[in-house]
Amino acid sequence: MSGLKRWVLGGWLLVALTGLAAADQKNMMSVTVEQAAVRATPSFLGKIVASLAYGDRVAVVAEKQDWVEVALPQGGDGWLHSSALTTKVVVLQSGQNVSQSASSSEVALAGKGFNEQVETQYQDESHLDYTWVNRMEKIVFSPDVLVKFLAEGGITGDQGGGN
Amino acid sequence: MKPRVFLGLVVSAGLLVTACSSISQIGTSVAVATGQISPGQAAAINQSAQAVQQSFQDFTPEQEYYIGRSVAAVILTKYRPYDDPAATRYINLLGQSLAMASDRPETFRGYHFLILDSDDINALSAPGGFVFVTRGLLRCAKSEDQVAAILCHEITHVVLKHGLQAIKKSRITAALTNAALTGVEVAGPSDVAQLTATFSDSINDITSTMINSGYSREFEVQADRGAVDLMKRVGYDPWALVDVLEVMKLRLKPGGNDFAKTHPDPAFRIEVVEKEIGSAQRSTTVNPERQARYEAAMAGI
Ligand SMILES: [Zn+2]
Repeated sequence: MSGLKRWVLGGWLLVALTGLAAADQKNMMSVTVEQAAVRATPSFLGKIVASLAYGDRVAVVAEKQDWVEVALPQGGDGWLHSSALTTKVVVLQSGQNVSQSASSSEVALAGKGFNEQVETQYQDESHLDYTWVNRMEKIVFSPDVLVKFLAEGGITGDQGGGN
Repeated sequence: MKPRVFLGLVVSAGLLVTACSSISQIGTSVAVATGQISPGQAAAINQSAQAVQQSFQDFTPEQEYYIGRSVAAVILTKYRPYDDPAATRYINLLGQSLAMASDRPETFRGYHFLILDSDDINALSAPGGFVFVTRGLLRCAKSEDQVAAILCHEITHVVLKHGLQAIKKSRITAALTNAALTGVEVAGPSDVAQLTATFSDSINDITSTMINSGYSREFEVQADRGAVDLMKRVGYDPWALVDVLEVMKLRLKPGGNDFAKTHPDPAFRIEVVEKEIGSAQRSTTVNPERQARYEAAMAGI
């Protein structure tokens, strides 16, 4: 058994034995989206001050409605919508963030499972065509454009705040 | 901190325990063998582990995304896309605006919308935010608010992870146990073959539910209520959902392979929606810019 694997299993056990309330970890969260824009203010219209990647661990500084202020690894802080964060540790396929989470008392969710490698195999077996799925994914409008769209249509609700 | 956020954190903590216990039985024997814990400790862990079940919440956002992509690919074997750039752009502007205001604006790679070239009255949403709506359903709408109503129902299915919940428990156990055992090491060919078989079964669970049997009535009620709440929040008229359901009531054909089969009767849905709308007044004015852009974008529908 490799050191890594032993650590992962050991880490899970540690959680079972010590519970989840270890003080040094309770304010840590992980990024759940592929690329998360960190904003200067708690709004999708806030200026983007940094970008975080899937699995990145950040310390929670403050919370305001559905927004979470986090300390950035490179210093400073910024806001993320709570749906872009989890209290779980996300283990990446490459195992890149294992050292970061090694001190964590929280459980690590394995990045293995249904992933790109499995999709490739499934594509081969099923002969499904992903052309339009890939095309669809490329249709992305920025929050600024979306808020402008709503405003131009005279839609005046609580839009743009993500809450 | 708002109560809902706090609740979310508590729920997450509970799920950590769930995920943890999934492999603990295997883990404990390993840990005993390697001298990390005593057999007594292992027994205690195994016992507590058996008390908890795995659930759809144990899928990571990335796994949800890969499931969603393949569900989308299967949907596109049943329906072909309606390739009209102006309509596609409009439906994405509208849909992404609505998703941004939902309880779950952030998914692994965001929400994306596509029109299907079919007279069926149907809409399907794959995990992670791949949303499909047929021309037949869009023709039941006469305004942007009514299209928004259709999309809000679908977005709520994504927000509440209804698709993932169609996956049979046995697959979740197989997928996550395999994933846990594989850990952060590179998966071998037999691991991939086994995971792919489970993956394929999971995709079938979702697509057969979505296309054939439909979600439970409870999930549909949740989607309609969520749609009303989201429309109110963004500033669209929630009564537009009633309007579109009235048209569907006239147009859905018994025995049709669409909402006729997979969704509750429109009359029932109207009752649910009206109750959720409550005292909110029906909008009496039509915004001319909104109506003009709707008509321009949906001209070919
Ligand atoms: Zn539905």
